[in-house]
Amino acid sequence: MTWTVSHFTAAVLFALFTSVVFGITQRNTASEQVRYGLYCFAMFVGGLFVAGWVMWLLRR
Amino acid sequence: MGSPPKEKSKSEAKPAAPPLTTMSVVAPIAGWLVPGAGHILLKRYVRGILLLVSIVAMFLIGLALEGHVYQPNGGDILDILGFIGDVGAGALYFLARVMGWGAGPVAHATADYGKTFFIVAGLLNYIAAADAHHIALGKKP
Repeated sequence: MTWTVSHFTAAVLFALFTSVVFGITQRNTASEQVRYGLYCFAMFVGGLFVAGWVMWLLRR
Repeated sequence: MGSPPKEKSKSEAKPAAPPLTTMSVVAPIAGWLVPGAGHILLKRYVRGILLLVSIVAMFLIGLALEGHVYQPNGGDILDILGFIGDVGAGALYFLARVMGWGAGPVAHATADYGKTFFIVAGLLNYIAAADAHHIALGKKP
């Protein structure tokens, strides 16, 4: 079974599952866990866009 | 000039470590073998199921992308670290080894993503197992 996936899709899936684990393990209460998970996801995806734009600028 | 500060006694400087219980040993081992099992044993069902789904999904994505599964080795430091990461997935790692998954040569660029998914699934499982240990000790609700 081979799955062809774009770098962006792979990175978003990575961000999603990693954020779930970070949220659960790094905070105590349920609301804190949800907030921290969302924060991690936003940071991952935001970092992805920033890195993308930096690479685009470097390529010019 | 005031008097010199009093030395803190050992009990003030460092709180006593919580006693090691059977569950504080069993839960992280179970959590390492089966992702989320430590939390489920400790009756944190939602957290356990979310950990199980997330870590197994990352491992399956690694598999679908035909990532490389590291074998025990004493060679390159990156290969050794790759093995340490992979083995964190517990039973999933041993299943992959038995079934021969991830043993083939890297054929395309996305296989590199797959390798990363395998390693990170294992590393996240280490964190989850440590979390189960802390819950069992009462350090975390």
